[in-house]
Amino acid sequence: MANEKMHVLVCGGTGCLSAEGEEIITNLKSQIAEAGLDTEVAVLKTGCFGFCEKGPIVKILPDNTFYVRVTPEDTEEIVKEHLIKGRKVERLLYVDPDKNEAISDSKKMDFYKKQMRIALRNCGFIDPANIDEYIARDGYMALGKAVTDMTPDTVIQEVKDSGLRGRGGGGFPTGLKWQFAKSYDADQKYVICNADEGDPGAFMDRSILEGDPHSVIEAMAICGYAIGATIGRVYIRAEYPLAIKRLQYAIDEARNYGLLGEDILGSGFEFDIELTLGAGAFVCGEETALIHSMEGKRGEPTTKPPFPAESGYWGKPTNVNNVETFANIPVILLKGADWFSSIGTEKSTGTKVFALAGKINNVGLIEVPMGTTLREVIYDIGGGIKDGKKFKAVQTGGPSGGCLTEKDLDTPIDFDNLIAKGSMMGSGGMIVVDEESCMPAMAKFYLEFTEEESCGKCTPCRIGTKRLSELLELVCNGKAEMRHLDELKRLSRVIKDTSLCGLGQTAPNPILSTMEAFWDEYIAHVKDKTCPAGECSNLIKYVINDNCIGCTVCAKVCPVECIEGERKQMHLIDQDECIKCGACYEKCKFEAIDKK
Amino acid sequence: MAVNLELTQEKFQELDDYVDALPETKGELIKVLHKAQNIFEYLPKEVQIHVAKKLKVSTAKVFGVVTFYSFFTMEPKGEYDINVCLGTACYVRGAEKIAEAFSKELGISVGETSADGKFSITGLRCIGACGLAPVVTIGEKTYGRLTADMVKDILKDYK
Amino acid sequence: MAKIKSLDELMKIRANVQNKVDLREKGENIDSLIQVHVAMATCGIAAGAREIMDFIIQDSHKEGIDNVVVTQTGCMGYCYAEPTIQVTLPGKDPVVFGEVTQEKAKKIIEKYMKNGELVDGIIPVTHKTVE
Repeated sequence: MANEKMHVLVCGGTGCLSAEGEEIITNLKSQIAEAGLDTEVAVLKTGCFGFCEKGPIVKILPDNTFYVRVTPEDTEEIVKEHLIKGRKVERLLYVDPDKNEAISDSKKMDFYKKQMRIALRNCGFIDPANIDEYIARDGYMALGKAVTDMTPDTVIQEVKDSGLRGRGGGGFPTGLKWQFAKSYDADQKYVICNADEGDPGAFMDRSILEGDPHSVIEAMAICGYAIGATIGRVYIRAEYPLAIKRLQYAIDEARNYGLLGEDILGSGFEFDIELTLGAGAFVCGEETALIHSMEGKRGEPTTKPPFPAESGYWGKPTNVNNVETFANIPVILLKGADWFSSIGTEKSTGTKVFALAGKINNVGLIEVPMGTTLREVIYDIGGGIKDGKKFKAVQTGGPSGGCLTEKDLDTPIDFDNLIAKGSMMGSGGMIVVDEESCMPAMAKFYLEFTEEESCGKCTPCRIGTKRLSELLELVCNGKAEMRHLDELKRLSRVIKDTSLCGLGQTAPNPILSTMEAFWDEYIAHVKDKTCPAGECSNLIKYVINDNCIGCTVCAKVCPVECIEGERKQMHLIDQDECIKCGACYEKCKFEAIDKK
Repeated sequence: MAVNLELTQEKFQELDDYVDALPETKGELIKVLHKAQNIFEYLPKEVQIHVAKKLKVSTAKVFGVVTFYSFFTMEPKGEYDINVCLGTACYVRGAEKIAEAFSKELGISVGETSADGKFSITGLRCIGACGLAPVVTIGEKTYGRLTADMVKDILKDYK
Repeated sequence: MAKIKSLDELMKIRANVQNKVDLREKGENIDSLIQVHVAMATCGIAAGAREIMDFIIQDSHKEGIDNVVVTQTGCMGYCYAEPTIQVTLPGKDPVVFGEVTQEKAKKIIEKYMKNGELVDGIIPVTHKTVE
């Protein structure tokens, strides 16, 4: 170890591994060994760096060189040029799109400049499959401090003082939740980690579990100490095979070190963790549904109270927190509540991880202090809208959230502001859409999702979401009338007020918020039978204009042969036959086809 | 390699051995069904009845759980299961067009298996590779930043 | 793996494994550290740059200078003076030293890196590094 002069970090997150990350690692290792540098250069597979847009990412330290979009063929050049001769491989460096300059140091990139990484502190920095690296970064010190120097009450007080609120969606104060669970006496209590990240487009929990599993294990043990539980369970999606593998490995490592098990660090405190695999149901993110699923039943929610803190898993007091919430705990105990609460806004302290996705240049996982504005996130960190298109809206909070528009760009992001704007924090998915996205169609996409994921227990949600998505279908097909829009609004309110759990109560949000912000788009679909964004295929028309030179390309690609015209003469699309596939529109080189 | 879908005695035995080795069967229905799907590739009626008997719960309860969770399937998947991510990030970047292209090429809809048992198309909710959107996975292989034109070429590798 | 039985034992383990991430933590804070670049093109290596690099890493550690990060770099163009090293103290302009032997390296560490006193063998900087 002492001889190592360089560390080559390769992103081992799902996104980068999907893009041949494994092969990059194998190549690097063998080429480094061939060059006789294997005692001097270590290759490490780390967690996600967050800059998924540019993945696979290879980072070289200590000179902090950040290579993007690396392919297995590039490794030879990295080894020969950078590792042996110390010359950076310019063509693999990140190029700043504004200044058109290559930047090699990740800290100087706009994407990283405004970020502050607490929950993601070790992601992309340590090897998640090596507990020593976690310990070297003060890992398990917080647990040690808790069980040696603190009482359960002082631990809870510290978490309360930090102002930490649940990162899974609800934003409930974490310390208070712990206090409730502690206040009930029972022969057995449970700590559950909710890793059933079902919000499509959000992947922070997976990245934390893949990149820094020990932070979650340590936090669960601290929670167990605080509330008086000896058993922890992680409820994790079966769709996350890599996260499951890394987490299980980390649990085994922690057991071997005695950091899980009996008499942890000689304190007499006992705690152990097991995994429970989910089986794919969005509603299981709701804590009562999650608990039922863990008991081997259908994941249907029940009314609260009783809250899980009183009667949860097998009827015992249970504390459920999500992955990102847990990942903050060790740092809070080590650096103190005052430090944590100095970050962010008054009522939303600390940072939040967001998964930036959609029509944005820098797709990836970012962590910013609460109170950062949407503009900073989308333009400074996210690099603006793809292909120079116009920003239209950003959808936050997934299927339960709403959309924010141009006028909200300067709103500081925190739990309460987002709710005031008709959206919500949710788990932190941020989907950016541009002018080419149709908002009623987007609402339809979310309603189809909630309709499918509705557990069926209560009528407003089971039948209501189906009716809503049928109404939206009418809108998008141009078959709706104004009364249907009234119906959409009325039904949305009824479902909001009468559903049993959060899934139903928030399901109409995407409709209500898009209606609020893009009412004219709904009207266009209903009254003018047009789709301004040009997405709803039943409402668009492709028409050939005067630019046509008669090259016949469109007629050749048309799958239904509905374009006619002589060579070198203007062509014509038979509107009755056209299936609106858009093939002609995409192939035309002369901008001679209009989409109306 | 053709997928072996036969409900053989050995497979039932393997499942029984797994259940017998569990320290506790209370609350472990989902765990057992994961194992069963792992062994049989899918969960037909016969398997569900067997699990119910083995765990001493009603068949209705087993059926209720199997149909509740999207991970469990009662239909066998094709030899090559084409998983099209339909999460929001992929949706916004045109996943529906990709799914349509596969449907058109193979003549089956999302959720169906081709008559020869070779291909099936499954719609997934976010595999978390949003940076590569739109994404399709076939077996271990991931195809990212797809366009509808690329679909034909991808399928060539499997035909 | 032996079980860790107390917070003190955990701290001891942390001290032992610190070096695993040390290099990376330095990389994260590179602007506040002493950076030493060793020219390691073919001519540099032939002139003994690799040994010099090893020596600097070990000796600065021995001298108790922890805030130093040593990296290799390509040919800096001072072929007449290999091995060459470039030392950048935090907030100062880089200084290039030529014909660095072990004795000279020791002087650079003791005088320049520790106290900021210049030593013989400075080469006028004619190149610029692209950041």
